[in-house]
Amino acid sequence: MSESGIGAAVKRREDFRFLKGIGTYTDDINQPGQAYVYFLRSPLAHGTLSALDTAAAKASPGVLAVYTGDDMAEMAGLPCGWLVTGKDEKPMVEPKHPILAHKKVRHVGDPVVAVIAETLEQAKDAAEKIDLAIDELPAVVDMRKALAGGVSVHDEAPDNMCFDWELGDKAAVDAAFASAHHVTKLDLVNNRLIPNAMEPRAAIGAYDLATEEHTLYTTSQNPHVIRLLMGAFVLGIPEHKLRVVAPDVGGGFGSKIYHYAEEAFVTWASKQVGRPVKWVAERTESFTTDAHGRDHISHVEMAFDANGKALALKVDTMANMGAYLSTFAPCIPTWLHGTLLAGQYATPAIHCNVKAVFTTTTPVDAYRGAGRPEATFLLERIMSKAAAEMGMDQAELRRQNFIQPDQFPYQTPVAVVYDTGDYEASLNKALELASYAGFADRKAAAKSRGKLRGIGVASYIEACGIAPSSLVGSLGARAGLYEAATVRVNPTGSVSVYTGSHSHGQGHDTTFAQVVADKLGLPLEQIDIVHGDTAKVPFGMGTYGSRSLAVGGTALVNALNKVIDKGRRIAAHLLEAAEGDIEFADGTYTVKGTDKQKTFGEVALTAYVPHQYPIEEIEPGLEETAFYDPKNFTYPAGTYICEVEIDPTTGQTEIVQFVAADDFGNIVNPMIVEGQVHGGLVQGIGQAMLEHAVYDDGGQLLTGSYMDYCMPRADDVPSFQVATTCTPCTHNPLGVKGCGEAGAIGAPPAVINAVCDALAEYGVDHMDMPATPEKVWRAINNAATPMAAE
Amino acid sequence: MYNFEYAKPHSLHDVAALTNDDSVFLAGGQTIIPTLKQRLASPGSVIDLANVPELRGLHLQEGALGIGAMTRHVDVEQSADVQKAIPALAELAKGIGDPQVRHRGTIGGSVANHDPAADYPAALLALGAVIMTNKRQHAADDFFTGIFSTALEPGELITSIGLPIPDQAAYAKLEQRASRYALVGVFVAKSGSDVRVGVSGAGADGAFRCTELEHALTANFTPDAAKAVKLSAGGMLGDLHGSAEYRAAMIPVMASRAVATALSR
Amino acid sequence: MPDISLEVNGKQVTEAVAPNTLLVDFLRAQLGLTGTHVGCDTSQCGACVVHMNGKSVKACTVFAMQADGTEVQTIEGLAPGAELHPVQAAFKEAHGLQCGFCTPGMVMSAVDLLKTNPNPTEAEIRSWLKGNICRCTGYHNIVKAIQIAANNMSQKAAAE
Repeated sequence: MSESGIGAAVKRREDFRFLKGIGTYTDDINQPGQAYVYFLRSPLAHGTLSALDTAAAKASPGVLAVYTGDDMAEMAGLPCGWLVTGKDEKPMVEPKHPILAHKKVRHVGDPVVAVIAETLEQAKDAAEKIDLAIDELPAVVDMRKALAGGVSVHDEAPDNMCFDWELGDKAAVDAAFASAHHVTKLDLVNNRLIPNAMEPRAAIGAYDLATEEHTLYTTSQNPHVIRLLMGAFVLGIPEHKLRVVAPDVGGGFGSKIYHYAEEAFVTWASKQVGRPVKWVAERTESFTTDAHGRDHISHVEMAFDANGKALALKVDTMANMGAYLSTFAPCIPTWLHGTLLAGQYATPAIHCNVKAVFTTTTPVDAYRGAGRPEATFLLERIMSKAAAEMGMDQAELRRQNFIQPDQFPYQTPVAVVYDTGDYEASLNKALELASYAGFADRKAAAKSRGKLRGIGVASYIEACGIAPSSLVGSLGARAGLYEAATVRVNPTGSVSVYTGSHSHGQGHDTTFAQVVADKLGLPLEQIDIVHGDTAKVPFGMGTYGSRSLAVGGTALVNALNKVIDKGRRIAAHLLEAAEGDIEFADGTYTVKGTDKQKTFGEVALTAYVPHQYPIEEIEPGLEETAFYDPKNFTYPAGTYICEVEIDPTTGQTEIVQFVAADDFGNIVNPMIVEGQVHGGLVQGIGQAMLEHAVYDDGGQLLTGSYMDYCMPRADDVPSFQVATTCTPCTHNPLGVKGCGEAGAIGAPPAVINAVCDALAEYGVDHMDMPATPEKVWRAINNAATPMAAE
Repeated sequence: MYNFEYAKPHSLHDVAALTNDDSVFLAGGQTIIPTLKQRLASPGSVIDLANVPELRGLHLQEGALGIGAMTRHVDVEQSADVQKAIPALAELAKGIGDPQVRHRGTIGGSVANHDPAADYPAALLALGAVIMTNKRQHAADDFFTGIFSTALEPGELITSIGLPIPDQAAYAKLEQRASRYALVGVFVAKSGSDVRVGVSGAGADGAFRCTELEHALTANFTPDAAKAVKLSAGGMLGDLHGSAEYRAAMIPVMASRAVATALSR
Repeated sequence: MPDISLEVNGKQVTEAVAPNTLLVDFLRAQLGLTGTHVGCDTSQCGACVVHMNGKSVKACTVFAMQADGTEVQTIEGLAPGAELHPVQAAFKEAHGLQCGFCTPGMVMSAVDLLKTNPNPTEAEIRSWLKGNICRCTGYHNIVKAIQIAANNMSQKAAAE
């Protein structure tokens, strides 16, 4: 391994600008003459607009324009990128999602009026002069009540059902349950979360009258997707007249995938008012307008034989869509959830039913893990619950149900084919790191200190490297999910890479450059990674689903191979040798078996200064583009072990040890991979112990700021022990699988399994997330009181 | 934020001249600034108290500690006098919010605001503090009249807090994990045979003295005596972060921890 | 609008400001120092932490008027040109940042910690960082970075 190539823990190249405070986030960009928009948003969850008078606002100082839903009623709504087809071939209900609410508001935060003024304060002053009356309708918050009908969020869905979908062989599952020795049942909630990237969303629209070109600066994980969705489906702007720039972006976690109303509005409005228009979310706005995550209610049953072999799994889930369908919302509880229910186990029969429900809440979409945390949580919870019920060790029950290494490729009963894995290897690694065998002693020691100690195991699988276009097309995706890369070799041999993947914390400037350095034998200083601008990058589907290296990295490798091949032809000419006799290694083309060679730089220069050049056979220049469409998902997997200590007097739970053993396939930069795991773990621990988006019955978000929505802080979490095992992905050239979401997927069940284990002596066999001190305290006291009375 | 006039007077006399029905005082700003940012208040003028000499200073006198209203939390935390006279108060200050809040927030501002989950009110009640203002003085027992409400009249400004020095004292709190305010904060102070217990975070009407605990601890100043007290959930605050019942149950737990700490020094 | 005079990153600055201008907006909009970020509106995230008279404060919860006559240091003023302050260098060394948005506030907070407590324990570091939220790193490597910085700075101090 070279110091800067694949496998090296290279320090990040992007760090300098962030550490110096000289990065460029969207809010750092200011356009000459820019105006500011303020959105007056619905304070109510549900209602009809009975009066809306903006005359006074329009006359307010500094105001340039005021727009309402009426002004945009003829325009298309925000599109949904995935059509899910339910039982009996019934397509999902897909109501219009207007840019500004029209006639009706459907969640707190729904934008009603946009005020554009010289300054933000003037826009806010004017907004206070708007006469808005809303006839309140009953809120629809609880999914069970929503499905019972009575109040409809959309007329098109009287019972608020978006779709009723199923996957798997129900008859086979029923038969397996009929013959089961033991059945474990579990009702659980996967708590609603708010992504909370630290950079609030922002957007600047700028229209150039001279070129008729629109530019949108936006906080996006996928600028080309925004260009496609907004240009083609909302505003009718062709691609060549629409540039979307996503500069430095301060975290995404899924919430910055989607096309949001504010982006379309500023792009449109900039042309209307003839000025750049800027919008930056206040955190309070982020809470009610960034797409939320999770929010499932599930009933799960798992059948086992007398030896603890899993026979079948059935899952009934209600998934909250919120008030409108966000860009990828329908695929999250279906194709990214149902398909992962086999987990790491050779369970022969699985059936999953998902009912997607409209409510008067903020739209729900992918959040780090997206469907896979929900699948993993219910499966890994029921495995540990089953182990406890059957008197088996939770690690051993898993081990004996694992898909074995010789079973790959493994066709699961839920559509997907795992290419490779070694689940026992990561389990063993985790057990060893966690000193699993010594747990009983630690528990006893804790007891002597008055603490309840518990241990939780969770073995997750996920599907990353999203996704083969033909497959996802057949499942309802309205886009392909390939990736593109251009490698531009400059005349003096430096390289500029244009990638459709987008980095908003993942460190592509470093890892992608390592791939180039490795393949071309160049120093990192000679390599530039360019992303985030549709005017520079040929195309791209962006970054989510831990896909950057598996899909974008493969496109890069393919483009690099094209460059190397063309260089080989040029070198053959220069060295007067047959192309087949030229070898390329460490940045040098060599005639096999000789010392005749040309450096990559010499070849590049020749390509651009083609004086002695086979111009009839080879074009000048050295620049290649590759589009790569993956052959399959990748399947990272691993085992996490969490150990907690609970103070029974307060219910406070402390994570005293957390071990993660992951199989991500090959690793380009282990330092960055570890960082991704750490971050994912804390989001997972946050879900398990701290975070919960709570609405009251009236549809008001009770956790609408950091005063009430509990973000994990440094003193909430421990340091981690992380390790990796490796079975390289079999279908991409780097052998990589993806590491961005694992922590958020595997951590929640590990934590809750540990909490339940600690509380087992109180008869606790499940606890919904987050396991707050009061919830834990009640679990202890509800059990303790009757025992004390005996 | 609405605009306002800003003034930074140099004496209490000038403060009085600037004060009117439409003015607010700016001490540390850690509550009033977020309030103004969200347009939840629209004062005509903001009177910055940073340069008023009468509001500064920290004096250890016979049997009492006098703390100027503009003394920042970090200065209470780091004051050798406070650490010597009432170490519990230095510890309380060290646990307020986060370092950046402690670098700006002041004791006077916190006490005048009477956020039900602020830490200082529990200490003032337990220590039997005297709150000095530009008009008069208040006993802590009569000062905290309800959530975000005190005996201060319009225009009345806290100038300093007088704190009798107890024989033994300690503060223990359970944090609300999101805001890091006190979900339950209990300050226990023993002077002679007299025990006073102040509670923050838990009362539906704000900070209060817990007489049940005071009786139990006067009889027997031990952690177990505190733990044995059962409090009713009536009158307790209940919200998303903790029900009234949970808060009621946590007060004796925190009191027992405070007593253990007090006895350990 | 009244004038304020203060020292920002070692340079004397005199500017007219509206009284309702927050220090963070003054730095970002009037002085173009966009390294100080705004991540919330309830004074909790700490993306806006700067030093005022040597102490870390949340620039979103201080009026520019209150900074009149003070010395303010922002992330841009921590080290000249292409140099990194030892805390910045340690964040790079330990991979203590990902998206970079919370980083300026995190670094400014850490610099203040090491000023008052040059050799903090892990628990002290975690407690000090209560006022800084990071959504990317899980804090593990931030804690490590601060430990590395503490070590490097105390070795350097010992050598001098």
